[in-house]
Amino acid sequence: MSILTGFFAVLYSLAGIVLFGGLAYRTWVFFKTPAPLKIPTTPAPTTRSGVAFRLVREVTIFESLFKSNKWLWLFGWMFHFGLFLVLLRHLRYVTEPVWGWVVLIQPFGKYASILMVVGLVGLLARRFLVDRVKYISAPSDILMLLLLIGIGLSGMLMTFVSTPDIVQLKRFLLGVMFFSWEEFPASIILVVHMLLVAVLMLIFPFSKLLHSTGVFFSPTRNQVDNPREKRHIVGWALKLESGDKR
Amino acid sequence: MADFEVPSIKEDIIVPHINPGVMEQSGPFVAKPDHQEALGFPGELVDNWQEAAVAKMGDMLKKYRSLKVFMDSCVKCGACTDKCHYFIGTADPKNMPVGRQDLFRKVYRRYFTLAGKFFPKLVGASDFTEEVLDDWYNYFHQCSECRRCSVYCPYGIDTAEITMAAREIMASIGKGMKYSNEIIGKVYKIGNNLGLPEPALADTLEGLEEEVEDDTGVAVKYPLDQKGAEILLVTPSADFFAEPHVDGLIGYGKVFHEAGVSWTLSSKASEAANFGLFIGSYENMRRISLRIREAAIDLGVKRLIFGECGHAWRVAYSFLNTLAGPFDFLDQRYPIPQHILEFTLGELEKGSLNIDKSLNDDMTLTFHDSCNVARASRIGSAPGSQFETPRAVIKAVCNNFVDMRADTIKEGTFCCGGGGGLLTDDLMEVRVKGALPRMTALKDVVENEGVTHMAAICAICKSQFSKVLPYYGFGMDQIVSVHQLVSNALILKGSEQESEQAEAEA
Repeated sequence: MSILTGFFAVLYSLAGIVLFGGLAYRTWVFFKTPAPLKIPTTPAPTTRSGVAFRLVREVTIFESLFKSNKWLWLFGWMFHFGLFLVLLRHLRYVTEPVWGWVVLIQPFGKYASILMVVGLVGLLARRFLVDRVKYISAPSDILMLLLLIGIGLSGMLMTFVSTPDIVQLKRFLLGVMFFSWEEFPASIILVVHMLLVAVLMLIFPFSKLLHSTGVFFSPTRNQVDNPREKRHIVGWALKLESGDKR
Repeated sequence: MADFEVPSIKEDIIVPHINPGVMEQSGPFVAKPDHQEALGFPGELVDNWQEAAVAKMGDMLKKYRSLKVFMDSCVKCGACTDKCHYFIGTADPKNMPVGRQDLFRKVYRRYFTLAGKFFPKLVGASDFTEEVLDDWYNYFHQCSECRRCSVYCPYGIDTAEITMAAREIMASIGKGMKYSNEIIGKVYKIGNNLGLPEPALADTLEGLEEEVEDDTGVAVKYPLDQKGAEILLVTPSADFFAEPHVDGLIGYGKVFHEAGVSWTLSSKASEAANFGLFIGSYENMRRISLRIREAAIDLGVKRLIFGECGHAWRVAYSFLNTLAGPFDFLDQRYPIPQHILEFTLGELEKGSLNIDKSLNDDMTLTFHDSCNVARASRIGSAPGSQFETPRAVIKAVCNNFVDMRADTIKEGTFCCGGGGGLLTDDLMEVRVKGALPRMTALKDVVENEGVTHMAAICAICKSQFSKVLPYYGFGMDQIVSVHQLVSNALILKGSEQESEQAEAEA
């Protein structure tokens, strides 16, 4: 077994634990933190199903962002939708047998990478060209975009220019998942791609990428607008009530 | 007129290029020890303020999901950057919603995140220094908590929540704001924001009764502390004497009179406003709300109705049930609490009000949606009724109504510039500049649609506009109450106007 294989096997075991464990923990903190007051941004749905539909609109068509700024919406949506298809396509590397619909979407997933990278470049350009956005950008905001662009471009190189030993890669990945390590297929471009993805996985739960689960816990979006009909009260607020209310 | 440059109204609402630091010296007076202590806060800045502030922040992050989620979720996309009226009016980037939030977030990241502890520069984290505290004090008092940014944020991040948390933290280390804290003290001591004691209140209401009787020949009552009345009306204390607020109060009384219901005001709860919201203090907001519950119990009323006030309606509609509920002792057939416009629209629909719209023909109206009503409540049963109900009432009593530009009304409405505890003379520059987008939209309909007056249903909006309209070349009396319009057009049964109407028809 090569050093490269050992390195990537350890790296991906770690990255997987950090990503899924970290994200689960941070999301659990969101979940357990109480929301003492009803603060949905109105007009808001008055039923639970209405709220579910509002959240679905937010995460699929980015409704609020669309209201805000059409260019930003376009780039943001291109990136996220592209990434979504690309991720679905990548399921074939970690599932055996590969599900039928994953096979079907392969071509879409390939070309979605273009959508994704163009969107990212647009988002990056805004950070330099729009003075307001430049002002609020920290180095990490720009590095994050460069990281994603690096992942996209290295992936596209392998898809459209020089395909590595993909069958071996799949063996390697399944090996990491099921604790029976297989050789990592040595290829410079694959090493770069896999390194960048590991970095992304490792920083995910410690960064603003938490917006991926945060959006579902945002009280302005996930609360039902029914404060007159139903009393809303959380534990710590209830404690204040001992004895002073008639 | 002003010791600062009043912005000029352009053809359109222009998003300015950023001008860092232009508003960094603009802050309100700091609360005096008395003002602080009456609310349970330390009198002045405590010695270990930095440590105390960080501890308080940690505590709030555990108590408020909004704060926690909003701190972690922002991706700095920029969607909110051009949405704040204070940014549009001042060009200071710390008045962009995300710029304001980042004053809080950089401290949060430094003390509460791994990235900020180890790589502060990389993620824009910073120690809670004295300069940061100064920025907090000044810029968190240049936010009117209007929630316009939260409409456009893809994660619904509401800067108001962060402003409230920052103010709560500052008050808890001894750096509260004079205007809001002094007023809350008056509510505790006397019963209302203006410090009007019961005799003054009774006197004012008597004066109103005389005025209406002189005008119409009908003895409309404005009762105070009347036990056994059906309805308790809670209204902002500005309604008792400020213009055009008082004309609204006259209108509520006339509507109740015509509807034939018994009602009363309370000297104990002689204030709908709840500045506990502005300073982000759950405890104070709750204590202020409990007065209303107690007044309702003492007076034995069956229904609770709120007068025209924006943030008060938010607290009433969204929070009252939480803070002072359950209201199981009130009549459950009516909304608890109910907005005066819900009541009036109901009467209009029933046909119990004799309306002569032509009595408002000297005006062409537009309507300013108040931010807390628009983005934090309903006035009716359907989502969006907070926009439709006031318009329906205005259209029922006026012939001439025109809306302002679509992106400046309803959920996208621009704040008057004086909300959120900023309605104080020591913040005049911020208030005037923050009104720019609304003034731009108003000028458009004044010039192109012949609008003469703007109606509002918020005491703060009305006071702010009376003060700010002249800076932009309008008259201070161009702001009116919605119930003032109702009052103008309402012909009371048995009044002189009714006989005139009958003669004219005969």
